[in-house]
Amino acid sequence: MTLFGRKIPIAFSLFVWFGLWEIVGRSGFSSFIPPFSKVIETAFVIAQTGKFAAAAAISLRSFAAGMALAIVVGLPLGFLMARVAFARRLLGMWVNIFVSAPISALVPLLMAVVGIGETTVVVTVFLFAVFVIVLDTQVGVQHADRSLVEMARSFGARRSQIYTKVLILSALPEILAGLRLGAIRGVKGVVIGQLLVAIIGVGELFELYSKHFLMEEFWALVMIVFLFAFAISESLAALERKVEYYAGSR
Amino acid sequence: MQNDTAVEVRNISKIYSGNVEALREVSLAFPRGKLCTLLGPSGCGKTTLLKIIAGLIPANSGEVWVNGRKVDGPGPERAFVFQDFALLPWATVLRNVAFGLELRGMPPEQRNEIARKHIAEVGLAAFEASYPNQLSGGMRQRVGLARALAVNADIILMDEPFSAIDEQTRRKFQEELLDLLKHHRKTVIFVTHSIEEAAYLSDQITLLSPRPGRVAKTIAPGIDHSHGPDEIRRDKHYLDTVDEIWQMLKQYVD
Repeated sequence: MTLFGRKIPIAFSLFVWFGLWEIVGRSGFSSFIPPFSKVIETAFVIAQTGKFAAAAAISLRSFAAGMALAIVVGLPLGFLMARVAFARRLLGMWVNIFVSAPISALVPLLMAVVGIGETTVVVTVFLFAVFVIVLDTQVGVQHADRSLVEMARSFGARRSQIYTKVLILSALPEILAGLRLGAIRGVKGVVIGQLLVAIIGVGELFELYSKHFLMEEFWALVMIVFLFAFAISESLAALERKVEYYAGSR
Repeated sequence: MQNDTAVEVRNISKIYSGNVEALREVSLAFPRGKLCTLLGPSGCGKTTLLKIIAGLIPANSGEVWVNGRKVDGPGPERAFVFQDFALLPWATVLRNVAFGLELRGMPPEQRNEIARKHIAEVGLAAFEASYPNQLSGGMRQRVGLARALAVNADIILMDEPFSAIDEQTRRKFQEELLDLLKHHRKTVIFVTHSIEEAAYLSDQITLLSPRPGRVAKTIAPGIDHSHGPDEIRRDKHYLDTVDEIWQMLKQYVD
C-alpha cells in the first residue's frame, strides 16, 4: 500500500486500529472495551499464572488429540474417496454436507452421548477439522497428474510405490491446504467445545472472565487465542509456499 | 516367432467404454534394432496401440509378444517416453532420470551414477540439480529420454515425443535421437502424426487408418542416413516417401 507516494508497511494497519482501540478504551466509552495497552499488560500477567498454564495445557492437549485423530482418519479417507469410485459415491455427499454444516449445533448432543469433559472437546475438534481434510485430500489425489501415475506404472512401480512416490507428493499442496484449514477450524472447535462444556480449559476461563466482567482478562485471552490460531495457520501456510514451486508447474 | 522380431502384436482390438472402437484386428511386427513409426491422423488409435504394447492399458482381444514372450503388463525390457514428458515436478533432473531405477530398488549411489551418465549423454550435464519447471520443453524431453535410457530397456516406446517442442528444437532432437540410436542397439516404436518426421526417422512406417484403427499399409523408406540431415531433406527418395504417405493419408482427412 502507498500513501502520499510513500510505501506503508503492513504493521501500519495494526497501529491504526490498535491506536483507535486505545483511544476508545481510554475515553471510558464502555466498560466492555478497556484500553488496548491494559489488555496487553494483562495478557502478560495471565500468561504467567498457573491457572492459565493449566487451561492452556488442557486446551492444547484436546486440540492436538482432535487434530491427530482428524489427520489419521481424514487422509486415508480422502485417498480412498479419490481412488475408489464406490467410496466416493457412498461418502461424497455426506462429506460435502458436513464440511459446510454448523458443527457447533451438534456439540450439545455430543455432551449427552460422550459425556461432559475433555472427550467431548476432542470429538468437537475432530468434527470441525476432519471434513475439510478429507475433501482437500480427495481433490488433491484426484487431480494428481494421471500421466505421472502412468509413467510410474510403465517403469514397473508397485501399487504401494505409486502412493508413496507419486500420489502423496503430487497431492501435497492440496493436503497441506486441507491441514491448514482443518487446523484453523480445530482451534474454533476447541474454544466452542470448551465454551459449551464450560468447565475446562480456555473455555472455562472465558466463561469465568465474562461472567465477572473481567474485560481486560477476557480481551487478553481473546488476543492469545487469536494469536495461537494465526501462528498455526501461518506456519502451515509457510510450508505450503515451500511446496508451491512445484504445485504451479503441474 | 523369428529371432529378429522384438515386438509383435497379434489381432489387437480395443473398444473404449461408450462403444468407441479404437483398434480392430491389428497385427504388426517390429524388427529388432530398428526405428518403427506408427503414423496416422488423430483418432487412428496409434497412441492406444503404443500403450497396449507398453502394458499400460489392456486390449479387449489379441496378444502382445515381446522378445518371444507373451506379455500382459509393463516390463523392464520396455521403457516409455511420454508426450507430456511426465516428469516429477518436485524432483531434480538427477532424481527424475534415476526414477525407474529407484522403483527397482537400486541403491542411490549406483542409480545416480548411471543416471549421470545418461544425463551427460543427452547433453544436460549442467542441469542435474535443476527442477523440471526450470527447463525448456526440449530439455524436459531430454530428461524423459535419459530416464528411458537409464533403465537399459532394449525397447523404447515413444509417444509423440517431439509434438510439444518447437520446430527448430525438434529437428535438432531428431538428429540427436538417430545419433544416440547408432550407439545403443535399441528397438524404437515411435508414434507421430508428422509425415516428415516419420519419413526422416524411420526404418519402417506403419500407416493406420482412423475409426476404427487398422493397419492401412507398411512402408520401409530405406533412407540412407550416412548423408547429412539437410541433404536427406532434399533427397528425392525422401521426398517421394513423404508424397506417397500423403497420398495415402489424404483420404482420411476431411
